[in-house]
Parts: sequence; C-alpha cells; structure tokens
Amino acid sequence: MSVSEETGSGIIVCEDVHKWFGDFHVLRGISLSVRKGEVVVICGPSGSGKSTFIRTINRLEEHQRGRIVVDGVELTHDLRNTETVRRDVGMVFQQFNLFPHLTVQQNITLAPVWVLKMKRSEADAVAVELLERVGILEQADKFPGQLSGGQQQRVCIARALAMSPKIMLFDEPTSALDPEMIKEVLDAMKELARSGMTMIVVTHEMGFAREVADRICFFDFGELIEENRPEEFFARPENERTKLFLSQILH
Amino acid sequence: MKRAGMPREYEERHGSDASSKHVLPPPGQRIHVLRWLRENLFSNWWNALLTVAAAALIGSILLGLTRWAISEAEWQVIPANLKLLLVGTYPVESLWRVWTCLYVIALLLGFSARLHRGLILRVAVTTGIASIALAFIPFSWATRGWIAGFAVAASAGFGLAALVGRGAWIRRIEAATWILSFPLVLILLNGVGSFLPVIEGRDTWGFLLNLLGAVLGIGLSLPIGILLALGRRSRLPAIRWICTAYIELIRGVPLITLLFMASIMLQLLLPDSIRPDLVVRAMVTITAFSAAYMAENVRGGLQAIPKGQYEAAYAVGLGGFLTTILIILPQALRAVIPAIVGQFIALFKDTTLFGFISILELLSVSRSVLGNLEWRGTIFELYVFIGLIFWVLCYSMSSISRRIERSLGVGER
Repeated sequence: MSVSEETGSGIIVCEDVHKWFGDFHVLRGISLSVRKGEVVVICGPSGSGKSTFIRTINRLEEHQRGRIVVDGVELTHDLRNTETVRRDVGMVFQQFNLFPHLTVQQNITLAPVWVLKMKRSEADAVAVELLERVGILEQADKFPGQLSGGQQQRVCIARALAMSPKIMLFDEPTSALDPEMIKEVLDAMKELARSGMTMIVVTHEMGFAREVADRICFFDFGELIEENRPEEFFARPENERTKLFLSQILH
Repeated sequence: MKRAGMPREYEERHGSDASSKHVLPPPGQRIHVLRWLRENLFSNWWNALLTVAAAALIGSILLGLTRWAISEAEWQVIPANLKLLLVGTYPVESLWRVWTCLYVIALLLGFSARLHRGLILRVAVTTGIASIALAFIPFSWATRGWIAGFAVAASAGFGLAALVGRGAWIRRIEAATWILSFPLVLILLNGVGSFLPVIEGRDTWGFLLNLLGAVLGIGLSLPIGILLALGRRSRLPAIRWICTAYIELIRGVPLITLLFMASIMLQLLLPDSIRPDLVVRAMVTITAFSAAYMAENVRGGLQAIPKGQYEAAYAVGLGGFLTTILIILPQALRAVIPAIVGQFIALFKDTTLFGFISILELLSVSRSVLGNLEWRGTIFELYVFIGLIFWVLCYSMSSISRRIERSLGVGER
C-alpha cells in the first residue's frame, strides 16, 4: 500500500515529522498513517521518541518539520486548529494528571461543560455512564488523591472519553502502576479497542499488543524502524534492533 | 463493625472484622500530669531551678499587670473617647450611616450563612454572639440598641435566605450583592449629591479609616496581585517586563516612603483640579504596595503546579484562559493561603502608618487624646485597647484561614 493511498483513508496522517529539543534531534522523519478504528501500539527503548511522537498528535509538543493531519485538520501555529484537534483527541497520561482539587465526577464533567457547553445535568449523566463503563461508579464523589493508581488511571480514561473523542492517545498508561493494578486498566483499554475506537498506545505491555493491536510500530533513535501486524512482528522481526529489543523485553 | 476512615476496599478484601482481629490498637498515649512535670520540668536540680525562676518571673509580670489593670489603670479614657477612637470626627448626627453599613454587611453575612452553612455560618454566629455580648456593656441605651441591631440584621438575613431557598440564581444574586456592597458602603459613608450630604474631613475618621483601608486593600490587592503574577509569567515580553518592573520597584521601597511620596510629591506634581483626596491617595498606595507582595505570593503558588496539570487541561480541550481559571489558579491559591492571609494581616496593621501622612487613624487619634489634659498619662490604657482591637481582628482572620485550609484539605495530599 503506498503512502498516498493511506493518506486518503487515514484519520491521522503524519508525514516526515521532525522535532528537536535544543540540539537533540528527537524525531527524525516519522511517517505514519492510522486508519479509523485502528489500534496502533508503539514500542521501543526509552528515549526513542515514542512519547514525544504521540504528544505531537495533539500538539502538546510542536513538530518543527513535516505535516500532521488529524481528521482533516492540519496542526499548524493556528491555535484554532490545535483546539479543534484537541477536542477530538483524548489523551491518557503515564502520571494520570487528574485535577486534584476536583472530585472524580467534576474531573469528568469539566471539559464537556466548559468546552462543549453541555448542560450540567447532561454532563453528569455522561459521567455516570462512563464511570460505570470503567467500573468505578462508586468513587464518583471522591477526590483523586483518595483513589488507587489503577482507579485514577481509569478516571483519566473516563475523563478523556467524556469529550466523545474520535481518537485516543495512551502515553505509557500502565508504567506508573503497581503490578496488581495493571490488569484493570488494560481491561478498560481492551474494551475500548473492541468498541471501535481509534487508538495509539505507547506501552511495553506486549501481551496487550499481541491481543488487541492491529499494528505494532517499533521506534528507536527517533525513527520508526519497523511496523507490522502483531503476529508477524513477534514471530519474524526484520530489523536487528527490533530483535534485540524484543529479546530484552520478552525475557 | 465499620471503622471510620477504613477504605471500603480494605474491608471488602479482608472482611469487615479483619481490623479488630489482626490490628493492634496504638500504644496508650495518656499523659499523667505529675509524670509529665517530672520528666520535662524537674528532671534534675538545674532544670528545677530554671523552672522555679521562670515561673517566678512570669508570675510577677502577670501579677503586676493584673494589679495595674484592676487598680491603677484609668479605663474611663476608653469609653469617654470611644466615639473619637472608632470614627474620629464623623458627625454624630450621621452616625446612622456607619451603623447602616454594618447592618448591610450583617444582613449579607446572615444570608450567606444560611445559604452555605459551614464556615460562614460559624463566622456569622460568632459575630452575632459578640455583638449581643457587647450590647451588655453599659454604654448609652441608644448605643446598646445600635450594637444589638447587628445581631438582628444578621438574623434577618438568615431568615430571608431561608425564605428564598438555595437556587442557582439566588447564589448569583448573593455574589453580586457582596460585590455591590463595596461601593454601597463607600457611598453611604462618604455621601453623594444632595440626598446624602457629603461628609467633610474624611482624613480624621479614626479606626473607620483603618477598617476601610484594610477592606479596600484586601479586596483589591488580591485580584490585582493575581493579574500581576500571571503577567509576570506571561509569554509576551512586554507584559512580563512591565509586571516584573512594577513588582520589583514597589517591593524595593518602604511603604512609608511610598505614602510620603503619595502625600507630598503628588501634591506638588499634580494640579489642584485633578489631585485626589489625601485618603484616596493613601488607600491607592497601600493597595498598590500590597498587590506587589500578593503577586509574589501567588506566583509561588503558580510555580508549584506541575506541568502535567497544564497538559491534562489542554488535552481535554481547555484553552489557555479556562485552564488558568479552572485548573491552575484554584490549586495555586490554595497552596498559598497562609502567605496570602499573612499579607492581609500585614496590610491591616500597616494602615496605622497612615498616621505619618497626617491622617487621623486609630493610632494617631489616640495620640491626640493624650494631648487632652484630662487624659494625660493614659498611654498604656489606650495602647492596650488598640492592641486588643487589632489582635482580635487579625486573630479572627488567621483562624478563619486555618479553617479554610482544613476544609480544603491543603496538606493532606
């Protein structure tokens, strides 16, 4: 499949994306296109630019060369474009980043009420529905500081979903969690993937990748080195660095 | 048995009686008075000696003070000059305006107390009780009536709130009325047009000036300080430089110097027609001064907010303005409540510096009382009284702030 064909059908299209932190060349010409409903897992050693890359998709980081088009809107210096894209793209962070001064319910209803101008009663109903979906309805009136890491991360997922995004980005969603809490978060993500959400997930959870990903991308030194369907990726990695990485993380 | 504070999950996992079976109670912490005394104050002969000497010193000071307060002090100086101390030369026939201002505030306080309960209710009840207690002091009957009126007005506000309920628009009206009460009080006190004659001699109103300076200064310096703090962190260099320059300039000069500049230099620089009143200049100066400090307090709070909070807010689609208002400022201000209230208290006490630019506030009125032959040598009585007034109000502010902190759970995170 050629790049131009993919561009036509991709909900996210990145072409030759470059970024520097000072003199450090973090992203070196990433081209990636994601179809609607596709689940893409990005893996790679730390410092390979994978987090930076998904953060350019909702412009928490600005790219300095190349093009990023999300659902037909190109990310440029035009703030209105950025805001449009952010409305359609939900993000889940490694460190949760819930708003500690608001209750769980308020964390979820805040953006729908202020950004989408939803009625409060309507937003509350959405929040209840989402909390039920991620299995923590009974925590609605608590503050984030009173929840376990796994619960906080599920609130974070619910908060992002409240904006009815077309795309969800996950930036190492389980890396800050205790082992016994990883499963509850992965389960919520699997359910989301099955519901047809377009997802880009930066993670080291290879079991999750094998089970739900449509495609796995391997990043190293700011480059997209290899991408393939999971079964191929694990069974027949082509690149030496991919093989090395897989041998390190699977054993 | 369900224990308070035991997370529900814990009980689900371990069964509800797990806590009573396997968890030991904390070791006893009862303190026996005698044992405590022996361990802390009389552990050896040297400590015992120090304890006795210190007790003797403290005892003799307290004894002397008590003897002075009971038998020597001429407390009559306070009631005889009370009106002068509190409102200075404010004309007696217009004093109803001052009372009306207090009643407006009492009414609002009572209203808010019913609406929000909690802390405001506590404050309203405390001031209500205080006013009733004050009404028992044998002033003239008219004065006692006026004082008790404060509690009546607060109760009226409470009753009114009970009648109208707690709808969202009621809250909006309440907030608007609180804000409107500022200009209303100023207009009432000062007078406007022919209906309410303007009262001359604004610069000799005694404690009323300290109060006005504090209320205006607090009410205005916080919002101005927040804007300055945000400005100092702005991405636009011009705004950043202006705010930084303002803050550093003001903070580098003593308040008293600024007051002198406002009182004397402006007089020389500005033509008569546009020169504001001395009191206005003093209020503006103290507000401007306090705002610079407030800005740095607020900036300290802003600095403490992790980057992830901005990112999370942007990621859910909030713009820069909403992020600041809804996410950043609430957390930043919470973090620096103690510093902000400290600045409020400092500002209130700094209003006594108005005396240096010949404004007759509480402290300088008391000096003019001393000039009266009849009240010579009553300097201690007056200063004790003044100290008490300031202490009561400052302590109230600080205890209210402590309660706010507790109710917001600062420090629990």
